[in-house]
This record gives sequence, structure tokens and C-alpha cells, in this order.
Amino acid sequence: MKHLTVFAFLCLFLLWGNASFARGDIYTFDAPQDEQRFKKLSAELRCLVCQNQNLADSDADLAVDLRRELYNMIKAGNSDAEIIDFMVTRYGDFVLYRPPVKPTTYMLWIGPLILLIIGVVALIMFVRHRSEDVLRSDELSTEEQGRLEGLLEEQSGKRKKQK
Amino acid sequence: MKVRFLIPLVLFLLLIGLFVAGLKLDPSVVPSPLIDKPVPQFSLPELHDQEKIVDSAELTKHQVSLFNIWASWCVACRQEHPFLMELARAGEVPIYGLNYKDKRPDAIGWLKRLGNPYIASAFDEKGRVGLDWGVYGVPETFVVDSKGIIRYKQIGPLTKQAWQETILPLIDKIRAEEG
Repeated sequence: MKHLTVFAFLCLFLLWGNASFARGDIYTFDAPQDEQRFKKLSAELRCLVCQNQNLADSDADLAVDLRRELYNMIKAGNSDAEIIDFMVTRYGDFVLYRPPVKPTTYMLWIGPLILLIIGVVALIMFVRHRSEDVLRSDELSTEEQGRLEGLLEEQSGKRKKQK
Repeated sequence: MKVRFLIPLVLFLLLIGLFVAGLKLDPSVVPSPLIDKPVPQFSLPELHDQEKIVDSAELTKHQVSLFNIWASWCVACRQEHPFLMELARAGEVPIYGLNYKDKRPDAIGWLKRLGNPYIASAFDEKGRVGLDWGVYGVPETFVVDSKGIIRYKQIGPLTKQAWQETILPLIDKIRAEEG
């Protein structure tokens, strides 16, 4: 029983520790859908300082500023498209974790598909080639065929002699 | 030897080439979408004199000018500062400053101690103007022509090398364009 209590306390402590990691700036919204939008957009926008974190995760000064801006824009009734446009005109497509499809990003979007096709084609060619090799290994080359016939003839010659 | 066996080697060498090229890129440099666009409008109090206003029109008064984003808390700004002083002393090009997310006494003290290369510094306490300019890592320096078009953005300290290789030739070009 004592162990269980200690365990429960430990769990509580861990949860507590997690909660205290929350950032300093906490925004409250009147409408739950606005809060959803805030969560969605701050997860989709990249922080430019720590480039592998989104705005929601980052503690960089710039991310704090951009979150405030995001909050103000949602409060002011801006649409998602307007907010994204605001960020892109200032920081470029780089700010988007989901880059738009346009000539400069074609490689980014279809590159993996091209690699996959190359891989599959290479695999098919490899497998076919190998199975041909296996089939061919059953056949004898003309040289081997000649040797075989020679041996057979020799054998039959011996047999004739024995008779 | 069959050519087929050379394919992995060739692929490997291509990959090495790609990695070597990648090493030369700096991932922290994000190209600005503001290049060849008009400067974002702003109107801010001057750092030393709150009554005075520094606005974006100020930047179009010269054939070409530099707009340098700086702060007293920024270590790299201190690193680039002597070079800005050198430029200002030589009268190479007018330099304007945007004092970004700083405290007024800190910023004024910093300039007093190290020298002031700026014709004027706009005081952007909240960093809202910096946001419009797409600032994400101070120091940053914009080259602005007389039409108020941003021609170049230097991310990070303005070094002698960047000046000689990129910025000075660009400034000469802009001056030649405008005659």
C-alpha cells in the first residue's frame, strides 16, 4: 500500500513537471473555434530562429512576437488565408511547414515520387535479371555441351569395348 | 569489368558532391521575399529624441541608403559595429538604424560608448516594425534605393567581405542607374 502511494505521488509529480513547461504567454479566446484556429496555425507556421520548431513549440523571442500577432489577427477577425499571407509576405514560403505547390517547389513535392519510381524500376530490373540468370544456369554453354557429348561418346565407346 | 558494377560508385560520388555543395549552404539564411519590393511603411519616434519622427520616406531621400537593424543586447551587432563606424566615417553611404526591441537608455548608452554611425535610429520597442520587415535575427541590413525599393538584405553582421563582394558593387550599380 505504501508503495502504491509513493507511486501515485511520483506520477502526480511527473504530470506536474510537464505542466510547468507551459510557456509564459497564454491566450484565451471567446470562441472555441478561434482557439482551434490558433492551435492549427501556430502548429503549421515555422519559427525562423529555431528552424525545426513551429510557432507553438518555440520559445524564441520571435516566436513569442509572432504568436501575439497571430492572436491579434484572429481576434480582429482575419481569415486563415489572410494570416498565412501576412506571414508569407514578411518571411517567405519558408515560414510554412506545408509549402505551396509552384515551379520552385515541384522538386520538393514530386521528388520523393520520382525516387520511388526509380527504386521500383531498378528493383524490377534486378529481379528479372536475376531470374534470367537462374534459368540460364540450367542450360549448358556450347563448350560444356561439347565436353558432355565427348564424355558420353567416350563412355559408350568403353561399353562397346567391354562387350 | 562490367559497367554495371560502376553504377553504385557513380551514385555514391554524386551523393558526395551533393553533400559537399550542402556544406557550403547556410540554413539559417532565409531569402527575404521583400527583395525588389517597396519598403514596408513605418513611422516611429527617433531613439534620442522622442518628439522626432523617423519614417520610411526618410529612406528614399538618398540615391541609396542602408537600413540596419540593431539592438544593444545583440552580440553580433557589437561585432559589426566598428565596420559601420568605418563606413560612416568614410561617408560611403547614409546609414539609418532600427533599434529593435531595446530599452531606450541601454541603446543610447551603447551608441555613446561605441559611437553612432546612424543618421537616425528609429525606436522599435515592441519589434512590430521589425516584424513587417521580416526581421528574424539581428543584425540585418537592407540596401534601399531612392525609389524606396529594397535591393538586398544582409542577414547577420555586415562584414568587410560582404561589403566588398556584394554590397559595394550593388551600391555602385544603383548609383549608375540613377546617374
